[in-house]
Amino acid sequence: MNYALWFQLASPEIVLSASGLVLLLIAAWGGVQSSRLVSVLTVVALFGALALSFNFLLGDSFANGADAFYGQYRMDRFASLSKVLIFLSAIGCVIVAPKFFARDNMMRPEFPILILFASVGMGLMVSAVDLLTLYIGLELNSLAAYVLASFLRSDDRSAEAGLKYFVLGALASGILLFGMSLLYGFTGTTSFIGIQTAFADGVSTGALFGIVFVLSGLAFKISAVPFHMWTPDVYEGAPTPVTTFFATAPKVAALALTMRVAIEAFGGQQAIWQQIVIFVALASIILGAAGAIGQVNIKRLLAYSSINNVGFMLIGLACGTPEGASAMLTYLVIYVAMTLGSFICVLDLNDREGHPVEDIGKLAGLSRTRPGLAAALAIFMFSLAGIPPLFGFWGKFVVFDAAVAAGLIPLAAIGIAASVIGAFYYLKVIKVMYFDEPADVIAPSGSKARMVLVAMAALFLSPLGYFTTLALSPVTADAARALFWAA
Amino acid sequence: MIGIEHYLVVSSILFVMGVLGIFLNRKNVIIILMAIELILLAVNINLVAFSVFLGDMVGQVFAMFVLTVAAGEAAIGLAILVIYFRGRGTIAVDDINQMKG
Repeated sequence: MNYALWFQLASPEIVLSASGLVLLLIAAWGGVQSSRLVSVLTVVALFGALALSFNFLLGDSFANGADAFYGQYRMDRFASLSKVLIFLSAIGCVIVAPKFFARDNMMRPEFPILILFASVGMGLMVSAVDLLTLYIGLELNSLAAYVLASFLRSDDRSAEAGLKYFVLGALASGILLFGMSLLYGFTGTTSFIGIQTAFADGVSTGALFGIVFVLSGLAFKISAVPFHMWTPDVYEGAPTPVTTFFATAPKVAALALTMRVAIEAFGGQQAIWQQIVIFVALASIILGAAGAIGQVNIKRLLAYSSINNVGFMLIGLACGTPEGASAMLTYLVIYVAMTLGSFICVLDLNDREGHPVEDIGKLAGLSRTRPGLAAALAIFMFSLAGIPPLFGFWGKFVVFDAAVAAGLIPLAAIGIAASVIGAFYYLKVIKVMYFDEPADVIAPSGSKARMVLVAMAALFLSPLGYFTTLALSPVTADAARALFWAA
Repeated sequence: MIGIEHYLVVSSILFVMGVLGIFLNRKNVIIILMAIELILLAVNINLVAFSVFLGDMVGQVFAMFVLTVAAGEAAIGLAILVIYFRGRGTIAVDDINQMKG
């Protein structure tokens, strides 16, 4: 037992939970007026946790990862890379939110605090090496997320989004939990490594049910088809800063968790889950692309786009190789930049009275009224479609490369064909912005912070982004290796 | 003699009832909340029964955590339901249809 080491390993979460509790007190005493102070302090705390995670990611002392708390928690390069992504997206959401809520006079100090606690939960999720830690982290994240979705209390759509998210999220947790109880019963352990050892000499029928239930519950959380039906409604109804958060941080956490469960806990029985993951990946890609056609609300469109992107990332997991996992992580990094950028652009689409504009038709002629925003949105859309000079192409390329290397050529072929269907609706948005007569609905932006974040994301996704692969590729390869340490 | 399989049958029945309660019920959101509780209790029966039959304490610790989280979940669910009711004046499942597509 080495408590000092354990606390050091868990330091990002400890910093976040301690500051969350202190900020909760400040919020209780300060009331609504303290929301600005709490937001600033939240960003500071998240930056602190980000710095600690970077330390684990790039430092040599924990290159092989280390376990803490009696095998409940592991800090390795995979966990720290995911945490860097999670904390970065959380910071982005806290920064852009106040201006959105200020319009309805609904900014409350609870908003950044809930994001903070959700981040603690997500940190636990990506570091979990035991079913118990997995469950606690997942629920900490989900419970905060249900409240965030219904944060605009006076808005019917927000309340409805919260209710739908709660019911389906609780159902998903229940399915996941039932699977975990079966896994526990039929393997006699809750630790991932213990389950892998127990599976070494075959899987019993009960444990097989457990695997299917656990994967279904996780598919719910990453909004993969056939468990995607909540995504468009929740993304549309939730306040846009919250949607930005849902589409980035929890998705990273749930995908990372799925990777760790599939590769570490079920690692010895790849043939079983590989079929499931291939089916889910293809269904998500195809339905995500088909469902987006005909959407008129840009938030709904982006919801289908995120379902579609999850499918592409799952192709990396389906390979079951370190190259596939590394490709998936690369895609995840690029996905976070694309999604964060496009949602912040959506946040900046307001009419002259300050009401948010979500109708794609009203973006007509945006290139003439707001050329900078239109150009950024065009970069994000081209990038999401995976059109070559932009960095989004690289994510798709590495994933398909890994799939071909793993012998999954039909999967890669269908994926590429479906990405052509997907390009249609991304290009439609660009066509509306650049070639339609100006509708002149969108008011100029007053927010510098948003413009800076959008510009940073656009720069990362521009062809200049390929230079970052020099730093990114070794990091994702290291992180993927950390995942396969027991294999 | 009551064996592990009996416990598994009971918990599976409860679990299926919970899932059906969410999907077949067209009346009231409160019933959905009850169905969610039913699912979690099915899980707890599983965990405790396995724990006893394996002679391993982890299952019982897990069941405690599930109970605690279930309480928090119910509190949040009811709170969301209250704000939903304030806005719409109804909690009938068929009326939750502002967004579709």
